[in-house]
Amino acid sequence: MNISLNFNAKPAGLRNKLRSSLLSATVASIALMAGPVSAETVRAVMHSALRVLDPIMTTAYMSRNHGYMIFDTLYSLDSNLVPQPQMVESHTVSDDGLVYKFTLREGLKFHDGAPVTGDDVAASIARWGERDGMGQVLMSFVESMGSDGDNVFVINLKQPYGLVIDSLAKPSSNVPFIMPKRLAETPSTEPIPEQIGSGPFKWMADEFQPGVKVVYEKFEDYVPRSEAASWASGGKVVNVDRVEWIVMADDQTALNALQAEEIDYWEQPPADLLPILEANPDITVKNLNGLGFQTIMRPNTLNAPMDDVRIRNAAIAAVNQKDVLDALVGTPELYNICGAMFVCDTPLATDVGSETLTAGNGMEKAKALLAEAGYDGTPIVLMHPTDVASLRSQPVVVAQAMRDVGFVVDLQAMDWQTLVGKRASQASIADGGWHMFITNWVGADVFNPLVNNMVNGKGKDGGWFGWPDVPKVEELRTAYATSQSLDEQKKIAEEIQKIAYEEGMYAPIGQYFVPAAWSNTLEGVLDGPAPFFWNITKN
Amino acid sequence: MVVYIVQRILAAIPVMGFVALFVFLLLRLTPGDPAAIIAGDTATPEQLAAIRESLGLNDPMFVQFYNWITQLLQGNFGTSILSGKPVIELIADRMEPTISLALTTIILSVIIAVPLGVIAAWKQGTLIDRFVMLLSVLGFSIPVFVIGYLMISLFSMQLGWFPVQGFKPIGAGLGEFFHRIALPTFTLTLLYIALIARITRTSMLEILGDDYVRTARAKGLPESRVLMRHALRNCSVPIITVIGIGFALIISGVVVTESVFNLPGLGRLTVDAVLSRDYPVIQAVILLASLIYVVINLLIDIAYVLLDPRIRYA
Repeated sequence: MNISLNFNAKPAGLRNKLRSSLLSATVASIALMAGPVSAETVRAVMHSALRVLDPIMTTAYMSRNHGYMIFDTLYSLDSNLVPQPQMVESHTVSDDGLVYKFTLREGLKFHDGAPVTGDDVAASIARWGERDGMGQVLMSFVESMGSDGDNVFVINLKQPYGLVIDSLAKPSSNVPFIMPKRLAETPSTEPIPEQIGSGPFKWMADEFQPGVKVVYEKFEDYVPRSEAASWASGGKVVNVDRVEWIVMADDQTALNALQAEEIDYWEQPPADLLPILEANPDITVKNLNGLGFQTIMRPNTLNAPMDDVRIRNAAIAAVNQKDVLDALVGTPELYNICGAMFVCDTPLATDVGSETLTAGNGMEKAKALLAEAGYDGTPIVLMHPTDVASLRSQPVVVAQAMRDVGFVVDLQAMDWQTLVGKRASQASIADGGWHMFITNWVGADVFNPLVNNMVNGKGKDGGWFGWPDVPKVEELRTAYATSQSLDEQKKIAEEIQKIAYEEGMYAPIGQYFVPAAWSNTLEGVLDGPAPFFWNITKN
Repeated sequence: MVVYIVQRILAAIPVMGFVALFVFLLLRLTPGDPAAIIAGDTATPEQLAAIRESLGLNDPMFVQFYNWITQLLQGNFGTSILSGKPVIELIADRMEPTISLALTTIILSVIIAVPLGVIAAWKQGTLIDRFVMLLSVLGFSIPVFVIGYLMISLFSMQLGWFPVQGFKPIGAGLGEFFHRIALPTFTLTLLYIALIARITRTSMLEILGDDYVRTARAKGLPESRVLMRHALRNCSVPIITVIGIGFALIISGVVVTESVFNLPGLGRLTVDAVLSRDYPVIQAVILLASLIYVVINLLIDIAYVLLDPRIRYA
């Protein structure tokens, strides 16, 4: 429900008359009732409500954002995608590359006053390693973890692994947040019972209203690093007393609230409202996440006819990224035609294998592939989540593109949570299975072969929804994990992308950007793969 | 009367039982898996199974129902699957905005709509009547969200009299409370004025042609007394019914109004719970809504007797 009303109109005659009328007495009394507004509170509208409080148990981005508020990390990526120490003061690696020793910074405390120890770190990394894809790979190389004295954390590896620091600096879901050992010992399939971290903000449990409001307060005992903040790295200096995340179900309400200065920050305003925000001189609109989002189409390799690689490739070849992005975003400045599975403008970016997809000239190829495969008109079940604005356009465009080359498409409308439940099913179509779905990823979640779930080639046992069984890709991912140089990693990533396209494992169908908007009363809003609230001052 | 009330309360028990069973089965048959929602994208099948186990979703359906219903009978509505908060606490947090909006809307609507309806009937065919009917048609025809946005545009953005969104409890001060609840109340009131004024006018028109009204006028009673004492009281049954149902509708949640004005009411709690398959919350709010309907219908029936002595319950 997006209605554009001109709220920037000049005051009309009616308004002036009314203001000068006897009603001014009423206005004055109402103004008095409004009361003072604290200059030390940042009120933000986020992209969704915070539903699950455990950022390790789930990959939901709101849980990740919550994690960044109250927890801290050992390492964090800077804006050049280079890992920088965060909780760690220094680290050493043994000559054989098997023993990593991390010394924690002095003065690190949890919100309950307890010091952060190596044992807390070991338990936290172990729990994260059970759930996260990159963490699971790291754990497969780990012989043991533990502490050596109060503030030293030790990892003993079975064999050298080149991505230990990169893993600990993973920027998006799941982020290896450090929590007290007693919480980290909670089974990773159950939520942690308390929200105690050592991050720059404290969780205000009493003020938490699920679906309404989340409140954080500055953690006075937090010791920020001395370096300037850059992405999630550097000094997390908190300049405000409180941050409130206010849930607003309606975009128009959020727009009005930002313009009326009832909120200070809006994480993801929809593209169609950006012109109104950009026209307001009191509001800044800026893309904070340079990697943006990757929207992807994912075939299910288990169900015929998508079990035939030629049919999968026909579906991918039929799609024109520009059509998808025009429908999804509309504004060319906010999207990028990009066939790089590991995201454009990253060290691993390559366009190998994506030429047809990005050129949008694959219709003849698609028809030829369908003919070669002997496609018999079996309807392709494409799941269509109609309740998520950022996911409801692409299936329509993809379905039409597929129909244009000869597919019969059964575009099944459903809500996102139904899709989430259904995509986990490996059942046949007759038993409620599926052929394709479309989803979006934050760039930081797909920017290398270990975090990118779609190039997981483990098949039915251990693969990601769609379950392509491609052993060669798994070998390459292992080689990537043990590689020691960026050049080598680039070569392997390119090879993985080439095979992934050949096998029709998935297709990125565009990269897009979602700017944030905030009141000019805020300064110091940081770029990053997630919204950060340190470094911000409010005037 | 007391016997009747007791009978109605007893009759409500199987109704609530049926609602409980229906809601439970409906949710379990609806696609969507709360465990998959919680687990996220990278959970292994084993982890997914463990989450399902911890949530009790692996139990046979009748075991799940038995566990829920026995908890319910002990006054325990369970815990939200997602937030981990007790459901009763979540509902209690959302009750004040919803009840506040319902009361302010219904009171303001009745104060305005009943006199309007009476006057429209009294002055049938005149400009006043046409104006009331026009207002009624507009109130019915314009979607609530459009009225809401227009109200915000004028009174919040242009004039700056009211905040755009949000709710403050009465505990924060009466001034702040009314300041926040005013615009959503005005928005919903337009709809309810249309509804109540129209029903009042129609009922009054029927009554005003009756012999006893003519007799009252012939006796020389003042017109105001004829209208308010004799006519209005005798057509109060349909008006009370509409008011009661309207109240129940708002209490059950007015999602659009709550969303436009960002009121943290029961409607939004319900929608959020449905979208995230938070079974205990959905079950509780639907049961609560059913209970509200049962109670309000009972109160309406009792009001009939008080307002119209001709009505008697065995």
